[in-house]
Amino acid sequence: MMSKINFLRPDKNNLNTFLYLGSFLFFISVLDVFLNSFFSLNLTGFLPSFLSFLLPLILGFIGLYFIRIEFSGIKQLDLLNKHINTNNFNAILSLLIIFVIIKSIPPILSWFVIDASFAGDTKDVCTGSGACWTYIKVWMRRFMYGMYPNAEQWRINLSFIALVLMGSVGYFATDKFKKYLTLYYVVIYPLIAFLFIFFFISGGPVFFDFSYGIIAAILSIIVGFFIPPKYKFYYFLIVPLTLYITLKYFIFFEEYIELGKLDGLNWVETGAWGGLSLTFIISFFCLIFCFPIGMAFALGRRSGFPLIRYISVGFIEFWRGVPLITVLFMSAVMFPMFLPEDFFIDKLVRAIIAISLFEAAYVAEVIRGGLQALPRGQYEAAKSLGMGYWKMHIFVILPQALKLVIPGIANTFLALVKDTPLIFVVGLLEIVGMLNLAKTNPKWLGFAMEGYVFAAIIFWIICYAMSKYSYNLEQKYKTDR
Amino acid sequence: MNFKLKDIVPQLITVTVVVLVFGFFTYNAQINMENRGIDFGYGFLSQESSFDVQFSLIEYDGSHSYFRAYLVGLLNTILVSVIGIIIATILGVIVGVARLSPNYLINKFAAFYVEFFRNIPLLLQIFFWYFAALRALPLPQDAEAIFGVFFLTIKGLYVPAFIWQNFSVFFNSIVAAIIAIIVIRIYAKRVQENQGKQIPVFLISIGLIFILPLLSFLIGGVGISFEVPVLKQLATTSFIYEGGVSLPPELIALTLSLSLYTATFIAECVRAGIQGVGKGQKEAAASIGLTPNQVLKLVIMPQALRIIIPPTTNQYLNLTKNSSLAAAIAYPDLVLVFAGTALMQTGKAIEIVSITMFTYLTLSISISLLMNWYNKKIAIQEK
Repeated sequence: MMSKINFLRPDKNNLNTFLYLGSFLFFISVLDVFLNSFFSLNLTGFLPSFLSFLLPLILGFIGLYFIRIEFSGIKQLDLLNKHINTNNFNAILSLLIIFVIIKSIPPILSWFVIDASFAGDTKDVCTGSGACWTYIKVWMRRFMYGMYPNAEQWRINLSFIALVLMGSVGYFATDKFKKYLTLYYVVIYPLIAFLFIFFFISGGPVFFDFSYGIIAAILSIIVGFFIPPKYKFYYFLIVPLTLYITLKYFIFFEEYIELGKLDGLNWVETGAWGGLSLTFIISFFCLIFCFPIGMAFALGRRSGFPLIRYISVGFIEFWRGVPLITVLFMSAVMFPMFLPEDFFIDKLVRAIIAISLFEAAYVAEVIRGGLQALPRGQYEAAKSLGMGYWKMHIFVILPQALKLVIPGIANTFLALVKDTPLIFVVGLLEIVGMLNLAKTNPKWLGFAMEGYVFAAIIFWIICYAMSKYSYNLEQKYKTDR
Repeated sequence: MNFKLKDIVPQLITVTVVVLVFGFFTYNAQINMENRGIDFGYGFLSQESSFDVQFSLIEYDGSHSYFRAYLVGLLNTILVSVIGIIIATILGVIVGVARLSPNYLINKFAAFYVEFFRNIPLLLQIFFWYFAALRALPLPQDAEAIFGVFFLTIKGLYVPAFIWQNFSVFFNSIVAAIIAIIVIRIYAKRVQENQGKQIPVFLISIGLIFILPLLSFLIGGVGISFEVPVLKQLATTSFIYEGGVSLPPELIALTLSLSLYTATFIAECVRAGIQGVGKGQKEAAASIGLTPNQVLKLVIMPQALRIIIPPTTNQYLNLTKNSSLAAAIAYPDLVLVFAGTALMQTGKAIEIVSITMFTYLTLSISISLLMNWYNKKIAIQEK
């Protein structure tokens, strides 16, 4: 009879014995940890503490050993064995992970929800041992908009909503308009965004005087109809900007500048911008600027002209070799020394320039990787069709190369978003900076944890969504070679 | 010679533009400095610095020169980077291998770790550890000893210090062991190439690295004793630990967040590397009768390393550069000590920022040269 219950070898012949015994032991071990964790009950309290601590692990291990029966014929059991119970080592690790998860649920849950306080708007309501979400609630506007005046925040909201709507045009475009999308996204959309942010959010004539811009644009478009198609590209490259500058500096005079301001929009200096909206603004502009710069240097690095190549290599290696924080230091303390004395650049703009140049070097390396991955035949084929350098790159090389490097570029942009908190160096406070400011407020001392967890959740959602989106893009544009 | 105008003009234009931009900057800088009465020069490096640094590996106080302050900062940066790189590599390899595990739970756990830590800005993580997590630690007088000798308190981690007798003998024995191992490896390789015999190099190496230092204890008169930190009362409510080595909380927060963050990227590199080795390689190796260990050591690892090393080097560089975030939590690294305090005191913006950048540039380039050399060494040698 003993031979039937072979203690050391659970197999298909004595399936039932071991299955029940093993499941029972495993169940007991999980139950013990569960009760201990959720209800603070210790089933094995009568044992010495050391044994009581290890008992669930030992029981669970023996249980898992017993139910490790190959080809048992029971679907669920085979699945279980295949996934978490392949050998002794895996069994122990699985048990540990299960226990850690069970153990960590109650404290996390109670901190986040059960013991947390949500109501009220003073510190007094936060007496429990859990998180004080009241703090976040009270400071929400500051975390989102920084020191931007409360009454004016609709401007930020409106701009962002408008930009998101205009950005989503691509999804609704019919086939007829699809060919203009690139032009729209590369030239028109950034320009509109630029106008929105530096005109609407800032409120004052920081860079553009809206009215001159509109006059210049309308005039040049009307005249543009009569320009022969051959020169249209060069015409639109040069004339509108020249017209704008002429209008602003030579035709109209100081007294008309007031016309450029929209009535009723107060000027909000960039020092007051902050919070999550500043994170978005900086990421958005750096993203727009660093891409063309990076592309230019990637092409420069592969150029046939040695001098251009050396300059590009020097640029890329320099920016890649230094930390962003020193670059921002440079933009804050060193850069003003390099400019004429009466020439003032806003510190937000300086920060954006610095971050863009920095990220451009990384983008350049990513794009270079794509350019190198293309087979030489593509270059030769394009050349044999009589294409010049620019035609070849714009129509043949870059579309293929950029498709290859979507994941790399997405990673660089992710890094950019994650780098934005560093602008505290130049004294701008986006969401992490605002958190640090808020936690030193004498009325709200001691809530650092809540603030950081809140910001971490926000950043995590943004970054995770971006990485998933880039993965989808990668799958969408993947072409078999 | 066949100079073509078409080849010259674009280069000439580019160079002219670059030179003009730089010239414009230098010209302005000169005028600005003249106006403000600042003179350009690196002479300040030898002046007395007259500021203090809380944590330094070399002897330093306010009477030392700015150059020494620079060295203090640099050494602190290197300390954080080296510790961070070691921890991140170990953690990254474990997580990377775990992500390939057939065990569903381990696999998902590793994936969760990677997705969680790499999608949160590093600065936020540093702040979290420093301002939120480490602030929850007990005060020195309430701290309970870990293993009786370590004290983890709000003021930092206190560990026992080693007090060596005849340290040089011990050090020499380790150096001797390393040299012996290298010689044996070379010899073993030659023997294998000439005669086909295999020498158990690994076992011999392990033996040597343990036995030689052990001998130095037994024969060489090397002694070791520990200085355990002891609680000392400064005032009625102020306590401190004396003796031993104290690691400031800034250092702990910084290394912790740097290694947790970078490990996620290293884990992805490791995973990509191991996945990059074709399944056929393993099967082929097994079919010619190699043991699983030999398959791993002789077939999989050499090929996987070739894929793993270049991106991992990048991550090491990133970690070194990211260590400059120390400035945010007042860990006295290069940026804080030199580009922060020293710059405030001297006002020599151009010199100090340029020295700082140049230092980081040198660090990065030297690490990448080292890794390029190693990479070239292990690259496929096609015959």
